[in-house]
Amino acid sequence: MTLNGWLQIAVFIAAILLLAKPMGSYMTRVFDRRKTLLDPLLSPCERLLYRVTGINAEAEMRWTEYALAMLVFSAATLLLTYIVERLQGRLPFNPQHLPGVESALALNTAISFTTNTNWQSYVPESTMSYLTQMLGLATHNFWSAAVGLALAIAFVRGIARRESKTLGNFWVDLTRGTLWILLPLSLVFALVLVSQGVVQNFKSYDTVKLVEPQTVTGADGKTSTITTQTIAQGPVASQEAIKMLGTNGGGFFNTNSAHPFENPTALSNLLQMLAIFLIPAGLTVTLGQMVGSPKHGWAVLAAMVVLWFAGTLTVYSAESHGNPLLPHVDSRASLTQSGGNMEGKEVRFGIANSALFATVTTDASCGAVNGMHDSFTPLGGMVPMINILLGEVVFGGVGAGLYGMLVFVVMAVFIAGLMVGRTPEYLGKKIESFDVQMAMLYLLIFPLLILGFSAVSVLLPKLGLSSLANHGPHGLSEILYAYTSATGNNGSAFAGLNANTPWFNYSIAIAMFFGRFIMIVPMLAIAGNLAGKKIVPASAGTFPVTTPLFTILLTGVIVIVGALTFCPVLSLGPVLEDLLLRAGQTF
Amino acid sequence: MKQHVLIALRYTLITALLLGIVYPLAVTGIASLTMRNKANGQLLFRDGQVIGSALIGQPFTGPGFFHSRPSSAGAGYDASASSGSNYGPTSKTLVERVEASVRSESAGTSTPVPIDLVTASGSGLDPDITPAAALYQVPRVARERHLSEARVDALVRQHITPRQFGLLGEPHVNLLSLNLALAR
Repeated sequence: MTLNGWLQIAVFIAAILLLAKPMGSYMTRVFDRRKTLLDPLLSPCERLLYRVTGINAEAEMRWTEYALAMLVFSAATLLLTYIVERLQGRLPFNPQHLPGVESALALNTAISFTTNTNWQSYVPESTMSYLTQMLGLATHNFWSAAVGLALAIAFVRGIARRESKTLGNFWVDLTRGTLWILLPLSLVFALVLVSQGVVQNFKSYDTVKLVEPQTVTGADGKTSTITTQTIAQGPVASQEAIKMLGTNGGGFFNTNSAHPFENPTALSNLLQMLAIFLIPAGLTVTLGQMVGSPKHGWAVLAAMVVLWFAGTLTVYSAESHGNPLLPHVDSRASLTQSGGNMEGKEVRFGIANSALFATVTTDASCGAVNGMHDSFTPLGGMVPMINILLGEVVFGGVGAGLYGMLVFVVMAVFIAGLMVGRTPEYLGKKIESFDVQMAMLYLLIFPLLILGFSAVSVLLPKLGLSSLANHGPHGLSEILYAYTSATGNNGSAFAGLNANTPWFNYSIAIAMFFGRFIMIVPMLAIAGNLAGKKIVPASAGTFPVTTPLFTILLTGVIVIVGALTFCPVLSLGPVLEDLLLRAGQTF
Repeated sequence: MKQHVLIALRYTLITALLLGIVYPLAVTGIASLTMRNKANGQLLFRDGQVIGSALIGQPFTGPGFFHSRPSSAGAGYDASASSGSNYGPTSKTLVERVEASVRSESAGTSTPVPIDLVTASGSGLDPDITPAAALYQVPRVARERHLSEARVDALVRQHITPRQFGLLGEPHVNLLSLNLALAR
């Protein structure tokens, strides 16, 4: 670890803390339908959209109708992507003449992008046409993020409203999130990314004459000479911007934000990390403002920062130490190199930025990567996994992070109530058995999917184990990471696993689908139930949710729930691997 | 229910056009008017022929060139097949591959090899090596090209890109531009 490395990490978190308030206040105004600077431009578009689609913007929805509208919309968008993928061979913007996508893969991808996961079983540059990337995939980066935002706002309204039956209007929240927040930010961010070198064009792939032609020996023992290099192109910047801002994470290219055309410079790298946390951090401020307790928002944000820091420290330290099995290499940090474990990492980012990126992308449900998590050291690779296993509530995905966190808040308040023997209250609302049951349902679906599918895959040598790239405990980690990432709607991977098989395509699709939609229902049920409650005036016995004590309790609940559930499997995967690595064992 | 289905279908089509066609075309239009070279991938030309991109690494393995990092992309740093190795830290294949690279890079000398020179990058297209990895290769390149070590050393130092704003990222050497300068 170096001083400069920590300085870069400090700059990152300072920027997030500075941006949280303006971003959060703006989002409060947008969702409260108050005046903003962009109204003269956007309000006419908004009204036109409502008129053409037949939306009654003044109608309020109960939680069941809100959920129904969300599900119907998600189904429609999923269908569109599936159709575009299958038909891309006959559609325009396809200079490489790529054929239609095969059905299992097309379904997996459509579900993946609808659920904000962006798990990629495919190699984009040789599978997806420019049209599919723009119209089939980047659109979902907007939609799924706007859906997440809408759901988070609905939950917050559930807390804020009293004796109300409704949570707002799904279509209005969806529209305002897209037009006022995601689209303008993406437009600006895309152009900034181009200024750093992210490409944006519709050319066919370029062929380059290599400066030094290469003689290579193929698998069959024959040698051949390679004189050219093919350079994939495409409308990357426009997709890259919303990929990060919407915490989607699906790369335009196979290697995602490690690819120099997706993430060319240290500045583009910093901005991409900031884009991941920008909206989730802002939402904690929005929460505080909408429920009338700004301090509560900051207390939640504080818990997130604590967990973020613990993760960053662990990954940075583990990756800085490098791999002890590699002989006769110089992996000490010095003025001329960052040293450490450089397998799977880019020189321009070095150790500090790769470690920070891996932490940030899994704290949130982004899943973009600027280095290959599969090649991280055992403990360095365990942190991204744990971040997702904790429910991606450390900042979290756009919207999804906040409502996930609020479920933990309900649990924390409930546990605090049990400890002092009082009926738990949250911001004046009594937390009763229905709320806790739904919260537990939310928290239990998650490990059930992850551990269930992982166990089945490990027990099926032909379906599960045959896809592994690494063996020993690392193999278990590859499978565990896949279902963790899918269920958590993250999308990053221990990418050595060959997931483009019917078993993994279908089972991961199910994990992604349930991990998103089945978890949303109990969450909205809590929101609907909370909205109908009376406010109980605060008394001396009320547990305050604005203090450091609350932050500690919340952090503790998240860590304990996560640790109790996943410690056994983690000890068989990364922990065991770490011990064997120290003992010099290879596989 | 029926009402929401109709809204959903209309809403999907209209916003798909806005977000999936109009938005990327607008970004492309603005980018190609204001930052054409960058939007097209910063291609380098020699005698009217494209010889590379400033951002995409190329393979260099001959003794007279500064070597690139090992790559798991398609053969010859194929930039239409980007990939990392995805070998875990306890992978036997990884350890053997690194041992082979160390043998060929160190060529019998006892100085440990800078780690990036014997490990594959995440993208397989890393355009850079660390200053340490470049300086490590100075004696070999100077010998092969019949140049003084001081001259090659100076050339390397000219090609070190410092941290952005003196703070962000890591110092690096763009290998293509260094090797092109060497060949001139």
